[in-house]
Amino acid sequence: MRRRLATPRTGGLLALAVVIAVLPAFLPNNFYFDVMILVGLNAIVCIGLNLLVGYAGQISLGHAGFFGLGAYSSAILTSTYDWPPIAALLAGAAGVGLLAFAVARPIMKLRGHYLAMGTLGLGIIISIILTQEVDLTGGPDGMPVYGFSILGWEPSGVLVWYWIVGGLLLLTVWLALNIVESPVGRALRAVHGSEAAAQTMGVDVVHYKVLVFVVSAVLASIAGSVFVHYIGFVTPSEAGFIHSIELITMVVLGGLASIYGAVVGAAILTTLPQLLTFLHDYEMLGFGAIMMGVMIFLPRGLVPTTARLLRDRTR
Amino acid sequence: MREIYGRAVTGVLSALAVLCVGAGGAPAAEPIKIGSFLAVTGGASFLGDPEKKTLEMYVARINEAGGVAGRPIELTLYDSGTDAKKAASFVKRLIEDDKVDIILGGTTTGETMAVVPLVERAGIPFISFAGAGVIVEPVKKWVFKTPHTDGLAVRKIYEDIRANGHSKVALFAGSGGFDKSCRKNAHELAGKYQIEIVADETHGKGDTDMTPQLTKIKNTDGVQAFLYCGFGADAVVAAKNYRQLGLALPHYQSHGSASKRFVAGTGEASEGMRLPAAALLVAKQLPDSHPQKKLALQFEADYEAKYNEPISTFGGHAYDGLMIAIGAIERAGSTDPEKVRAEIEKTTNYIGVDGIYNMSPEDHLGLDTNSFVMVEIRDGDWQLIE
Amino acid sequence: MLTEFLQFLLSGITVGATYALVGVGFSIIYNASQVINFAQGEFVMLGGMMTWFLFDAAGLPLAVAVPLAIAGTVVVGVALEKFAIEPARNASIVTLIIITIGASIFLRGSAQLVWGRDFHAVPALSGDAPINLSGVALNPQSLWVVGSTLVVIVLLHWFFSRTMTGRAMRAVAFNRLAAQLAGVNNRRILMFSFGLSAALGALAGVLIAPITLTYPDVGIMLGLKGFCAAILGGLGYPYGAIVGGLIVGISEAMTAGYISSAYKDAVAFVIILLTLFFMPNGLFGRRGVERV
Repeated sequence: MRRRLATPRTGGLLALAVVIAVLPAFLPNNFYFDVMILVGLNAIVCIGLNLLVGYAGQISLGHAGFFGLGAYSSAILTSTYDWPPIAALLAGAAGVGLLAFAVARPIMKLRGHYLAMGTLGLGIIISIILTQEVDLTGGPDGMPVYGFSILGWEPSGVLVWYWIVGGLLLLTVWLALNIVESPVGRALRAVHGSEAAAQTMGVDVVHYKVLVFVVSAVLASIAGSVFVHYIGFVTPSEAGFIHSIELITMVVLGGLASIYGAVVGAAILTTLPQLLTFLHDYEMLGFGAIMMGVMIFLPRGLVPTTARLLRDRTR
Repeated sequence: MREIYGRAVTGVLSALAVLCVGAGGAPAAEPIKIGSFLAVTGGASFLGDPEKKTLEMYVARINEAGGVAGRPIELTLYDSGTDAKKAASFVKRLIEDDKVDIILGGTTTGETMAVVPLVERAGIPFISFAGAGVIVEPVKKWVFKTPHTDGLAVRKIYEDIRANGHSKVALFAGSGGFDKSCRKNAHELAGKYQIEIVADETHGKGDTDMTPQLTKIKNTDGVQAFLYCGFGADAVVAAKNYRQLGLALPHYQSHGSASKRFVAGTGEASEGMRLPAAALLVAKQLPDSHPQKKLALQFEADYEAKYNEPISTFGGHAYDGLMIAIGAIERAGSTDPEKVRAEIEKTTNYIGVDGIYNMSPEDHLGLDTNSFVMVEIRDGDWQLIE
Repeated sequence: MLTEFLQFLLSGITVGATYALVGVGFSIIYNASQVINFAQGEFVMLGGMMTWFLFDAAGLPLAVAVPLAIAGTVVVGVALEKFAIEPARNASIVTLIIITIGASIFLRGSAQLVWGRDFHAVPALSGDAPINLSGVALNPQSLWVVGSTLVVIVLLHWFFSRTMTGRAMRAVAFNRLAAQLAGVNNRRILMFSFGLSAALGALAGVLIAPITLTYPDVGIMLGLKGFCAAILGGLGYPYGAIVGGLIVGISEAMTAGYISSAYKDAVAFVIILLTLFFMPNGLFGRRGVERV
């Protein structure tokens, strides 16, 4: 029992559940809940992205495109076509999943920086379409989105949203752990992401990469859908290049190939702009300096580095 | 790990909150809390920057002079980085954490529209500094705005085009929110002014060359006037390319280009261009009888003395927003949100930098085309034409 | 009809030449270090902003301001290598990308702080009066942009094939370890390559500032397009980056002219994606062998 709890699969999940359950006691008002909800949504996207970047070794600089597509699917289907929000969310996720599946094979053929370019291009094309189709999307000024409801029940108040997002986050972590611990995931990790080595071991690498790409895209789309219903508004910048960069930064900052790293990275980068407001004119400069500093001194990311330090000490 | 982090964040955030309150809480009277979020960095920073400077300068002045009804003003200002999501986050912080009495700001339409549901739900008066008409049309209970709308600008331009006997217009617009809204208005209002749009081109943000689009306009038959919707560096590139191709049609731009930087950036290329602008821009040329002349000259002198940079009309939006808010708080005799809101709505005959405001339950802007003057760029300076 | 086409082509070549200059910078740094420097666009910004500052605010003649601005940007480029890239030499590709993105944010933030957020004009090197070539209007500054790009190509060719440093850089790009064994100082090469790309970026900034103005954010889009150029041509092939830049620039201009100005940027990206689908290593890239 004790041994079981120590594995990341159950122990970590339990710890995260406890944190989510206890955190509200320390949050003084709704603003803090709001920040935590955004942390949770970003964490969901980042966990998916980390599966792709950290575990499958495939960089993506266009993931905000999937987030944006999910967000706009929900926005357009509920506001313009009066779909029930949950149906819109699922339709968006399915659509994004199909798109990701369709482009996965040619895109996953690319390597390294070419892959970075491919995904970046895909994200930018999506954001250009969302910006230009004014009649459908409201254009660069964005469009409002009305409330969320599940079978007639409408979540209202930040606390309800907090629990929804917290639950989704736990579900995502559980799903990600299962993918990572699956035979293919383990095989790929065992050979440190080397495809050639995995292939000689008889692992269907391409299949695995496509699967992870689709899963990460769908997670981003779902987070986007929940995001618009919570925020009540969406602009094309959600799908933009800068948002993609923010997401990948969260992943790398928290730690590649670390699911909890993605959560920590999302938490830090989401709260940092709020924490740095006291810098005023120096805010941007400080943000860039922190980003560089962390990556120079902790190139493996916060969680893996900290974990190693702890392990060394207990030894 | 995460729990510790969560606590650390909570701790730091509350420490900061205490610091903020502590800094402003020294005087005996309870301060009036004004919250603001502006695009001080990012794509609209050239709008947000003068807005920020104006707000900070006048809040400091008012406090030096003893505040409003004996109460000092405490300004909490966040930089939204021209990002609607960040804007929404900061407005939640202003409402929930800083507990401000009124919110001024929102440099762009996207940022403003993203926070409209929040202020409506919270019931806090909100005066936006963003351009598009959609902010106040239809009227939203708690939302007001000070800048002229792009619709007003298009009307003023169309009036001038018709007055010169032209009717066939070539339209060229950028991809930003303002640009697209202006383009939409240009299409919708064309019929009313018997104007026919014979060419319609757009360009991307940050484009370095727009000659292909302008070549198409040049090769369109029968064009009598050229209207550009957009602002900032893009507007300069458009004007330069227009001149480069040797186009000589009457060239109109929107009030988004009404800044000295635009004239300096375009040089020769903007000679003879016409645009609608706030009276502020040509304050010295206004007849002495003009009601806005005194205020405009004063504002210009104050701003240029303090910041040593030429004035743009964008700071004026912030000035008017601040003064309308303060007027309403004075009349209401408190910071009770419902009373302040009602008083803002009753703003009549307020002579501002942007025009003379007459708000009503049906009109949360309160300006008409008379708040614009038509100016022409001559010898690198503004020339009032009427 | 023909003049219209020529006008579009001219626009495409001018824009493409600036993408090319930025793209070559990406390639040079990549060759020396395998790093994609996302702060390359900020070199362009620094070149333009410093020229404006030295010329307009400090009152120096353009002939002094321009070399000083380029030199200043080179200092920034070398410092970036020394203080940000070098200490993280062994980090993963993604980590290095994030470091350079952090650097680009840092440089933009610094520029805003020092020079403000407004846009500024820099005078054209030989006036603004357009040259009319039988119906095709040409901005004299375009000639400077295209001419300088040509000169840069020739100089780079000479540098890489005739000088010791240039050959050493090629050796490093081909096989780092072997080059080191042959006595090439890798660290010096790395620093030199950052300096050289900073100089090229700054040159691009100086040349296009009179056309586009200069402001702290001007490098974002240009950096992105330069990256496109470098990738399209095949990473690590400076001449490929030049071809890539021209392709991107010309396809943008043609799309804006003949198809849809709203989707011209999207079309450029579609072209890049399709190219990569069929040629995964860009137009001139070798098929890479994965190191196990």
